[in-house]
Amino acid sequence: MLQGTCREIGEIVIVDFSGKITLGEGSSTLRHTIRDLIDRGHRKIVLNLFDVDYIDSSGIGELVSGYTTVRNAEGDMKLLHLTKRVHDLLQITRLFTVFDVRSDEDEAIRSFK
Amino acid sequence: MAANSQRVEVTLETLLESVDLAESIVMRIAEAAGFSEEDIHKIGMAVREGVINAYNYGNQQNRAKKIGLTIEMSPQSMTVRVLDQGKGFELHEVPDPLAEENLLRTSGRGLFLMRAFMDDFSVRPGPEGGAELVMVKRLPDAVSGNGAAQPE
Repeated sequence: MLQGTCREIGEIVIVDFSGKITLGEGSSTLRHTIRDLIDRGHRKIVLNLFDVDYIDSSGIGELVSGYTTVRNAEGDMKLLHLTKRVHDLLQITRLFTVFDVRSDEDEAIRSFK
Repeated sequence: MAANSQRVEVTLETLLESVDLAESIVMRIAEAAGFSEEDIHKIGMAVREGVINAYNYGNQQNRAKKIGLTIEMSPQSMTVRVLDQGKGFELHEVPDPLAEENLLRTSGRGLFLMRAFMDDFSVRPGPEGGAELVMVKRLPDAVSGNGAAQPE
């Protein structure tokens, strides 16, 4: 099960996620959260994955899909506070070269143009 | 399950719930066999990906089809087979998810993860059609002959 809580800092939305991003409910929650933020006009999104210890290939696909959705809406999406397992997973799948990954929230906020 | 069991066979329904079930079964056996916490995680995730592959691509989410899960323990290693009832496929035909042009694809990483997390990985035609994914993880102390999976 995945839970996401949104907080706004200026025009930036940070979503604090907790749980697993896996095939089924977790991937679906991530997809709907990002889609909802875009529909509400948000374009600067930070996914705080501090409490997400497990992502499978479906979850990875959903992260990529979310990133593409935000970019297509002329927005930007950053990942924050990856756990070691998620960090390693993005590294072996070469997605570190795609995502903007940050380990400090202030730095993530400042990195938006 | 006792650590000295040699072989477990499970027939799974083509359901989303089977993915979690297969992962849970295999992780329990891996724990009893003496794998490290990190290896148990990797084995669980590889099998999860194997069953997702069978559920989505092999059996096309067709509930009339089944997924075969077989776990074999030897003193040296754990071998897991995931068999679907689909059309089968050739590993070399699967696009490389690490290629620059595929990085933004939303699917196609499962087989790569199985290969990354297990010591050996292969795909072969099932005995009655479909694809059989075969994954092997070696016990860390198998070389010294002190494997926790040794018969009691």
